[in-house]
Amino acid sequence: MKIALFRCCMTAMGLDQYESSTNAVLEKLGIEFVDVREFGCCGYPLRNFNFRAFVLASARNLALAEKRGLNILTVCNCCYGSLKHTEHLLKEDSALRGEINASLDGEGLRYEGRTVPKHFLQILHDDIGIENIKGNLKKTFRGLKIATHYGCHILRPSEIVQFDNAFSPVKMDQLVELTGAESVPWLTKLECCGSPLIGVNDDLSMDLTEKKLVNAKKGGADYLCVACPYCQMQFDKVQKMMLAHRGSEVSLPSILFLQLLGLCLGIDSHRLGLEMNRLPITGIQQFLSEQ
Amino acid sequence: MFFTVSLYLSLAIFTVGLLYKASTWFRYNVGIEGRDISVSTRVAAATRGIISTLCSSKILTLLKVFILDGVFQARTLREDAFRWIIHMCIYGGFMVLLLMHALSKFTTSILFTDYYPTVNPFLFLRDLSAILVIAGVALAVYRRFARRGWRPATNAMDLYAMVILAVIMISGIVLDGAKILSNTVFQSMVQDYLVQPDEEQVRALSSYWVEDFGLVAPGLKEPFDPKILQEGKTIHEMSCMQCHSRPQWALASYAASRLMKPVAEELDRANLPSVLWHLHFLACFLGLAYLPFSKMFHIFAGPLSLMANAVMERGVSAPANLATKQILELDACVHCGACTRRCSVAVAFKEIPNVNILPSEKIASLKALAAGKNLSSRELRTIQQGLFLCTNCNRCTMVCPVGINLRDLWFSVREALLQRSLPEPLLLSPVSLYRGLMQESLDQNQYRSPISLVRDIFAADGDRRTEQEMSIPFELGEITLLTTLNASIQANSFSRCYGCMTCSNACPVARNYNRPEEVLGLLPHQLMHAISFRQWDLVFSSMMLWDCLGCYQCQENCPQNVRVADILYELKGLAVSRADEKFA
Repeated sequence: MKIALFRCCMTAMGLDQYESSTNAVLEKLGIEFVDVREFGCCGYPLRNFNFRAFVLASARNLALAEKRGLNILTVCNCCYGSLKHTEHLLKEDSALRGEINASLDGEGLRYEGRTVPKHFLQILHDDIGIENIKGNLKKTFRGLKIATHYGCHILRPSEIVQFDNAFSPVKMDQLVELTGAESVPWLTKLECCGSPLIGVNDDLSMDLTEKKLVNAKKGGADYLCVACPYCQMQFDKVQKMMLAHRGSEVSLPSILFLQLLGLCLGIDSHRLGLEMNRLPITGIQQFLSEQ
Repeated sequence: MFFTVSLYLSLAIFTVGLLYKASTWFRYNVGIEGRDISVSTRVAAATRGIISTLCSSKILTLLKVFILDGVFQARTLREDAFRWIIHMCIYGGFMVLLLMHALSKFTTSILFTDYYPTVNPFLFLRDLSAILVIAGVALAVYRRFARRGWRPATNAMDLYAMVILAVIMISGIVLDGAKILSNTVFQSMVQDYLVQPDEEQVRALSSYWVEDFGLVAPGLKEPFDPKILQEGKTIHEMSCMQCHSRPQWALASYAASRLMKPVAEELDRANLPSVLWHLHFLACFLGLAYLPFSKMFHIFAGPLSLMANAVMERGVSAPANLATKQILELDACVHCGACTRRCSVAVAFKEIPNVNILPSEKIASLKALAAGKNLSSRELRTIQQGLFLCTNCNRCTMVCPVGINLRDLWFSVREALLQRSLPEPLLLSPVSLYRGLMQESLDQNQYRSPISLVRDIFAADGDRRTEQEMSIPFELGEITLLTTLNASIQANSFSRCYGCMTCSNACPVARNYNRPEEVLGLLPHQLMHAISFRQWDLVFSSMMLWDCLGCYQCQENCPQNVRVADILYELKGLAVSRADEKFA
């Protein structure tokens, strides 16, 4: 399987480990990926103020991948949601598709709907499969309790993103549990991390984050586990700001799912950038044991 | 006389220009850091910074960056091999010509005791260098005008740089070509270097030079008697050979001379070599005098920017030095467009015609800001919008060949502009995420007040009593707004709402407050209704729009399949476009 890897702008804000752990895990699982240099913004940040700019930016990426005959692999929920939205819109509205394609023509691009965006959780769960991944594991976790955080745009709107049941999803929990960790039940599990409001309404954003942290902690989790750089930024850098300036008392570090899986695949913790978290997560290795 | 006067005049202008430009690095300010810092403080901070850097191990970093990224242009090579070749042709050829040819008095003449510009390898190298520069310029022109993809428009300064280089190189080559042909030049050399030559000897030498050295002498035509040629060759070997390699080695000049050969005598009578000599030197002196004010100034500012950015960082370096560095960076920009080609959101320019979205074009606006140009609030708003329409993905910084820390520059100038209290609606969208993450490097008031300002303006839309003074009139017209929403593919489902409140109950933002309507205005289900009733003042003054996470809980839970979150997105878009009209 060869696929166009869609990196996320967010990782340039101090999430280098997102890139390195993505590369490491994909290589380990034999997923051949190409970096398309021309890829740009997925459109997500543009959506708040200009619908057309959002669709155009997003469609341009789909067209770039289509030109190469590849599907897109996203590592971010917001990128995934945006690309899926655009795929859907352009399928539904042929007039809009015509206009967008006319705009893309300046770069010699067109989108006809052949390229499909996929989230890496989708690739892991639906394409590779739990059992196949299990066969590759070198180590598993024992006694580790994880609060699985899906994030919004992998689940909702379900008619568009089509990943899992939006009210009782199981796929990411299954992926977390294949590492031997326990995915604990917790309140507000399916709610937003609060990240979209950082810089807009910090107090509200942090209220929502704090609720999630408190609930995850109450659920008995040792760590949060996320599949989106926005969520990770919120649960790591923003949580650290909350601890420093807001007097928050609950602290619960967050690990990227690709790091969690990478450790079990036997990838070096340094390559996974475990030590790069602002709230330390290197302790999670104590739960690892040989198969 | 012409030579001396114009040389010293242009040198004087060049020197004054350099000093003037260097002074602006300390006098001008564009970002947030330098607002209240005096010139003397900046000079002192720079001096301290430079001395302490030079006396530390960082000097190795500077050296490495200077050689790798400055001399060998490693950053350009990594990004675009074709552009690297172009630049190396121009810059390599130019440097050889500058050092070996223009400054020969101080370089080649001293290094090589038998240096003559007309013997090999110097003859060949000089011509080759000029060919390289011309090839580079030609490729640059081709790349600018012929290749597809994102590219900044060619401005006057880009054109000037290409033209001045082309004129200097071509005039030099044609000058040499004319000299190869010129009998006048030949005769004057004969007078200077042959000891009391008789007519026969001159005739023999001329014949030899016509045969082998491309000379055109009146009355002398091939074929020549071999004996005469042999005699000419002997004289040549005695008197000329030491300083003259065969002109065929000067590939381009010799080719030029062959092109001019049919009219060689006329050109010689018109004194072409002298005309071209004047043109060549005038162009060189013009280039020299204007260098500090043209984009060729990057020869100095580029390496300085590369080195400064290799050792400086926000939060570590003195703010005074960051302010100084930013002005230096503006001078280092060569408008190559690498940033714009890699910009994540450059594509938005097709929908939002604000040239300041494109990083390479923002620099021009920043230069105007730095120079303290009087800009209208409309122009300032446009620049501010361009600066905000950025995902902070840092790709521009990564590819800048002169190492400008563009992301940090945008951040700093954004904050400086916000302090002018021009409302920025984009502050209420996810593009402010970076600003939120960076808030610890701003003071809290500086950080929060621009957000409150724009929130208050939107909130005032609902204040009917002060509508006249404060609110943004609904210029699009009520009917038009409703038509727009009805026609919108993402927003046309609002009329299906029957007000069950499921969306508002599912909304994590609404649930965060005991009395959400006091904080948020209309809640999602109320918004759906208010649209149908065209209660635009209530709709657009609701903070619910801006505090919406876009998490889609409302939409997912709606039993009527109303696309609640999508409708909120559409409303935000409408609010921003109305605000843009009003604020501008």
